[in-house]
Amino acid sequence: MSVGYLAAAGTPRVTPPPGLPRLIPADCAAGPEADHGFGQQSLAGHLARLGPLTYPARPGGLIAEAEAAGLTGRGGAAFPVHRKLAAVAGQARERRRAVVVANGAEGEPASGKDAALLWGAPHLVLDGLQLVAQATGATEAFLYSRRGEELSRRLLGALRQRAAAGLDRVQVELVQAPDAFLAGEESALVSWLNGGPARPAFKQPPVWQRGVAGLPTLVQNVETLAHLALIARFGAGWFRAEGTPAEPGTMLVTVHRADGGSYITETGVGTPLAALLPAELGAPGARTAPDASGGIQAVLAGGYHGAWLDPGRAAGLTLSNASLRPAGAFAGAGVLAALPVGRCGLAETARVGRYLALESAGQCGPCFNGLPHIAGALDELAGPRPRRQALADVQRWAGLVAGRGACHHPDGFVRFVRSALSVFRAELDAHGRGRCTATDPAPFLPVPAGAPTGS
Amino acid sequence: MKDNLRLLVNPAACTGHGNCAELLPELITLDEWGYPLLPEGGVPAGLSRQARRAARDCPALALMISGEAREEHSEETQKFRRRPA
Repeated sequence: MSVGYLAAAGTPRVTPPPGLPRLIPADCAAGPEADHGFGQQSLAGHLARLGPLTYPARPGGLIAEAEAAGLTGRGGAAFPVHRKLAAVAGQARERRRAVVVANGAEGEPASGKDAALLWGAPHLVLDGLQLVAQATGATEAFLYSRRGEELSRRLLGALRQRAAAGLDRVQVELVQAPDAFLAGEESALVSWLNGGPARPAFKQPPVWQRGVAGLPTLVQNVETLAHLALIARFGAGWFRAEGTPAEPGTMLVTVHRADGGSYITETGVGTPLAALLPAELGAPGARTAPDASGGIQAVLAGGYHGAWLDPGRAAGLTLSNASLRPAGAFAGAGVLAALPVGRCGLAETARVGRYLALESAGQCGPCFNGLPHIAGALDELAGPRPRRQALADVQRWAGLVAGRGACHHPDGFVRFVRSALSVFRAELDAHGRGRCTATDPAPFLPVPAGAPTGS
Repeated sequence: MKDNLRLLVNPAACTGHGNCAELLPELITLDEWGYPLLPEGGVPAGLSRQARRAARDCPALALMISGEAREEHSEETQKFRRRPA
């Protein structure tokens, strides 16, 4: 569909980037040294590659184009972007004011893609933020980024370049997120911007009605905004050239390989997991036994609120919710980790579980009681000869915390833990007999050192 | 008349007093940490008076009847204090 974008007068038309990648180059790092090859860190490089931002010619144009593109939120929840945009725009029409926030908090320790995007292509994110500000009638805009002095300096520089060029219609304020797993949760973000602690709130009314300063508030992940900046330039049809009809477009992923290395890349939604972990899961289509060839015992999909998958099963799945949901996982924010043989999956789960329990905001009784109890029982299960009761306790407590928080932290925690009990059954049996199959006690999954409590 | 009342708890406000389970034992039990477990379905018409009373008497103002949300008790601050980057 065409919504008739106005090209800025006198600017050369830029052809859309063919194929992949679209946002940032493949195998990029999240750090200051990475210009990522596209030269997009500077405003001049950004404009040279993609041309100037074009605003939709008619009101509602961006919302219609986002709907046609089928763009969903890339922060993990995969909520349709056009619905959030329309909801905030509707509220803003009544209230005459609204707030938009680019969410780059990325509290998930195993994810690095939002930081890579902010380092490598800040102007793509800031273009998207201007677009949603215009589409919703927002009067204030925030860039909520991961804490870090050097990154903040870089982002302030990008904002200054745009101000000097007179690019932005709404001024953007940079705010650093606290180091907490839940810092990017929508209502926690709103609370922080309102001067409170970054703790999730009971969402009534929802933030699209009453968020920052009590105003209708749109919170979108930074990657989502970057996709919007490209959709506004090149259209919904171009966006849909990658991905699947049900889940169009590309997504950034953070992949932790079995050899301990990790990489960030952009891939079409629906890419086989085996294409992202070829050494571990075998090339797509090849019917090799992953256990024998790749030396892995499980794949974690969806990060620390996601699920462990048996490698044989993971080899047949794709990076899409259509494929992963029936397996109990989800694409989330694109975190994949392949756990090599020789590590204890129960010890990994217990270590991450302890971290997640500490990252509870400590507000909701079932979460602040249940998560530490479950983490303690997981510690026992990760050790030699756990009591039978420990497993029964985990299962009972998991049932008691799921669905009983103001946010989804207990639900995600329970998904992660339950999948471990299923995928690492053989290890559980071994521990029951006083044996652990691990040969390497070194931690595998990343957990921040001296993790803060999040409050 | 069909009664479609539903019980709802703000889990971030609930402090586990347990009054609700005493006032409405037919519908509310407590978990092993003292926090209420609410029924899946709605409130039967015969218990709507007791349900309203349990919500009204919740000392943490956490128990609600859906559609009758007590926004005025929300703890979230509406004051807009900016944090510098």
